[in-house]
Amino acid sequence: MIRSDVLKSLIPVISDQLVVCNIGLPSQELFMFDDQPSNFYMLGTMGLSSSIGLGLALVQPKKVIAIDGDGSVLTNLASLSTIANNDCGNYILLIIDNGSYGSTGDQPTYAGRKTSLAAVAKACGCENVVECDAVETAATVKAALDADQMTVIIAKCQSGNIDVPVIEMNPVMIRERFMAEVRR
Amino acid sequence: MPDEVFGVSSALEWWKLIFGAFKAARVSQVAYVPDAGHTCLIEACILDAEFHAIALTTEEEGVAVLAGAWLGGQRGVLLTQSSGIGNCINMFSLAQTCRFPLALFVTMRGQWHEFNPWQVPMGKSTDIHLTAAGFQTMTANSPDDVGPMATATLDQAFSGGGMAALLLHQRLMPVKTFGT
Repeated sequence: MIRSDVLKSLIPVISDQLVVCNIGLPSQELFMFDDQPSNFYMLGTMGLSSSIGLGLALVQPKKVIAIDGDGSVLTNLASLSTIANNDCGNYILLIIDNGSYGSTGDQPTYAGRKTSLAAVAKACGCENVVECDAVETAATVKAALDADQMTVIIAKCQSGNIDVPVIEMNPVMIRERFMAEVRR
Repeated sequence: MPDEVFGVSSALEWWKLIFGAFKAARVSQVAYVPDAGHTCLIEACILDAEFHAIALTTEEEGVAVLAGAWLGGQRGVLLTQSSGIGNCINMFSLAQTCRFPLALFVTMRGQWHEFNPWQVPMGKSTDIHLTAAGFQTMTANSPDDVGPMATATLDQAFSGGGMAALLLHQRLMPVKTFGT
């Protein structure tokens, strides 16, 4: 499975959840498969979708799923320390780890070589870290949603991309409709 | 105001005016990095139950955390030193593009009796960078400036839906050294 397969498999599980999605192709794929007002798409500024999700989870009780990538997490590894030390049970960080920078042409990341993001997350203090195969991702996220415990999931998949359209929605519109869903 | 005034304790309590402005503006999230100039304000926010103070590993992380807080319906501020602005430039695009309110309180370095020349480049360019990134900026040069400018900065961010930064001139801070 490649990242788009993982995202597609997640739709039945995350469609009605608050989702903050990483920049680039992951957001475009999620938009194409299942655009929802409860999805906040990052259209720029690589890294830190996990931190946006943390900020949201800290201030309101609904479950929040932050979808990040291995390349993006590597740009802000220290944010895993902030996540670990500001523990909130309604927060799930899903790192789809395809070992490559998919949006820029599948150049390899260090996570695809020697660096273990699961080990890094544990070392940063994250207490519930699950590494799973791509095919297990939806079930793992479902289990995390059913638990009231902050969970970091690293879903290992193959690199590769599909053709997807750009998201033409205005970023302010993305934000406003998302905020309406949070309030709902 | 003569420079000697900045050596007395009452003049160093300008941070209380910012603290009061946060409360008046219903700020609840305070994201910060360790900073000598903001020490008293950070400690007060940590101790006050009205605030959730969140320590950051780097300043741009705060831009993202506060965007998330706004998505969830809460107001937040970022406390940073001028050098930290350089770390945030790309992430400021998030606030500008999605029109997230963003209020910064920036203790300045490199302006006044600065012992460390490495602080000077960012001190000289902080205002320029912030303005180019879409912020309205104000500089508090004396303790008398701090209260009204803090209120105005928060108003610009949360009532005006914009990006606003209050730069706190290095004259407001005790002269810093590395212990020499």
